[in-house]
Amino acid sequence: MAKNTGAPAKGNGSAGEKTQTTFLEAIRQALIEEMDRDPSVVMIGEDIGVYGGAFKVTAGLLERFGWERIIDTPISETAIIGAAVGMAYQGLRPVAEMQFIDFIACCFNQLTNFAAKSHYRWGAPVPMVVRGPSGGGVHGGPFHSQNPEMYFAHTPGLKVVYPATAYDAKGLLKSAIRDNNPVLFFEHKFLYRRIKEELPEEEYLVPLGKAAVKREGRDLTLISYAASLHTSLEAAETLAREGIECEVIDLRTIMPLDKETILASVAKTNKILVVHEDTRTGGVAGEIAAVVCEDAFEDLDGPILRVTSLDTPVPYSPPLEERFLPNAEKVVAAARELARY
Amino acid sequence: MESSLTRKQFQELYYYMRLNRSLEDRLVNLFKQNKVVGGLYGSLGQEATSVGTAYALGPGDWIAPMIRNVGALLVRGYPPRDILTQYMARYTSPTLGKDGTSHFGDLKVRHVVSPISMLGDLIPVMTGVAMAGKYLGQKIVAMTWIGDGGTSTGAFHEGMNLAAVQKAPFVLVIENNQWAYSTPVSRQVPLRDLADRAKAYGIASYIVEGNDVVAVYETTRKAVEQCRAGDGPVIIESKTMRMRGHAQHDPAEYVPREMFEYWKKRDPLELYIKYLDENKLWDAKTRAEIEARIDRELTEDLAVAESAPFPPPELATQGVYCDGCHTIEAQWKRPKEEVMPPKSSVEPTWKMVNAGGMASGEARVVAAAEERAAQGNGSRPPAAKKNSPKSAQKMKVSGKKNPARKVRV
Repeated sequence: MAKNTGAPAKGNGSAGEKTQTTFLEAIRQALIEEMDRDPSVVMIGEDIGVYGGAFKVTAGLLERFGWERIIDTPISETAIIGAAVGMAYQGLRPVAEMQFIDFIACCFNQLTNFAAKSHYRWGAPVPMVVRGPSGGGVHGGPFHSQNPEMYFAHTPGLKVVYPATAYDAKGLLKSAIRDNNPVLFFEHKFLYRRIKEELPEEEYLVPLGKAAVKREGRDLTLISYAASLHTSLEAAETLAREGIECEVIDLRTIMPLDKETILASVAKTNKILVVHEDTRTGGVAGEIAAVVCEDAFEDLDGPILRVTSLDTPVPYSPPLEERFLPNAEKVVAAARELARY
Repeated sequence: MESSLTRKQFQELYYYMRLNRSLEDRLVNLFKQNKVVGGLYGSLGQEATSVGTAYALGPGDWIAPMIRNVGALLVRGYPPRDILTQYMARYTSPTLGKDGTSHFGDLKVRHVVSPISMLGDLIPVMTGVAMAGKYLGQKIVAMTWIGDGGTSTGAFHEGMNLAAVQKAPFVLVIENNQWAYSTPVSRQVPLRDLADRAKAYGIASYIVEGNDVVAVYETTRKAVEQCRAGDGPVIIESKTMRMRGHAQHDPAEYVPREMFEYWKKRDPLELYIKYLDENKLWDAKTRAEIEARIDRELTEDLAVAESAPFPPPELATQGVYCDGCHTIEAQWKRPKEEVMPPKSSVEPTWKMVNAGGMASGEARVVAAAEERAAQGNGSRPPAAKKNSPKSAQKMKVSGKKNPARKVRV
């Protein structure tokens, strides 16, 4: 880690040489850039200071921004979110870290009843981001692997962002920090150090609520997000070799859902398969299916299918977790079935 | 008790307490006429606590009133019509009919945070308001209230603990009104004094006779001063009694009659009238004028509220998100450069002051800068010493034993 004592924090390589930025580093860059440009951005969470966070997302931030802006807290998720709401009422833009996003269940009330309803009830905006590592595939077991995004997507007033690439993670997090609403920002931990890409030198934002077409295709549409996007892209490669051309959509934001992009793709391919790592019942696939049936039923040439995790807790042992999670083979099998219509 | 209040302020306290009670009397009538849309929650018998605590704050301070703190809202300058229209779910209410009761607030002018129905959650929120105040250099104090029952929640503990470690300028008033809905304090917590909870956080606490508005005011003023001076959060336990049921539908038949009788003799308004009479802080004419003013104001506001429209149905879809309808701007009272690189840069390490364990005594590991300060090399005060629970535990009982208080007028 380079010493940070005031120089701009952009880039992580020597001058002139293009560097690959990991998903994790992209998130860290977003935090540093936003804290550099706006003193009202502060961070609050467990072990984010001296230790730099359980996954080191906040490494170096304490050194750069000091104890007042990088606030280590007791093990108190309710207090973290509550305090962040209070700070937001004071006009700050707190970024709260959940050490693992699973722990967000501990502050459910603060999020769903306090933060989410504040603007609607009494016109008090809550510009706050709650971010943390989510998702499975790393054998974290039932309490360090979950995808609890739909609890919150179901709560009017919250925004839910779940990026899949380093570029999007950085641009979306910056937008989330500047947003006037409580935004839940899920960081799939499987992606932290596994994916990297070249990021622009200049500043950029990625708007919330906009999906992205990550691959064009004519035969069917795979709708996905987070780690499942990579599963879907891998499946699309395989399917292309069989002559099935998939369009692949990355939702990027779960709430608000970008219906326009989904419906445009349905109009084009007439078939959709939703892939997500969240469990099946009540996952966003069900919502997408409902939206498509309501608004584009005539466009459909086949059933709306989904490949998701099982309706079980996330199991610990590798063979069990493998069975639990979606993977490219499962997506390919479902897509072949759908392509037959 | 010595008091710093002026004659005019003494009279103003009566105005707010009487307004609190008379407003709620009117609300009971509205409830009986089916004009209150939902439930009606009263503070009969607790007016001195709401009014006395809120009166001790400055205009820049922040409050978050609970359902029974209508008195605090009135002190903060909300007109009765706001509370009436809230209960009557009218379009002209502060929430436009989206929420009822005391569930409203104002971030920019009155610094009032709206409560939610789940108890305890305001404590971490107001801790955050206080922490931000400190960060922004505002020298403000944040205050909220909690009932005896609400102290049983996890949010209470998490919030107080965070406030204590952060030394947040936060005052929590535990309004011990003896009943949490139908459950007596003895089934909530096995403590005689709820102020004892402060010991767990190494913070100062006070116990006050909650029906004595002057004692409540003076105690709160002291707590607020301590807070503003940077001594960390304070708990005040106000011992009082809920003289009605949990809400208007609840006849409170579970409360032993003799308990009501005991507290009826300690009615905060009756006590205060006696106090004002005995200390010659008003005369009959002044009292009549205050009461006539209240009657006039309430009659006027009630007429306004009753003729107010209900919200248009299409309002239901509006305002879930802030799409730029609000400008968000922190009120900085210190140079921003102090919290920006390079000035904000620190040595990101912990330093040991004390190793912990039975022999070593109090374990203490602090931020590097604090350690240097503790050794006299830095400019910051020695946080490690100031944090000592021994020096922080100031337990005081106010307004209990001194019926013949002296008043400075």
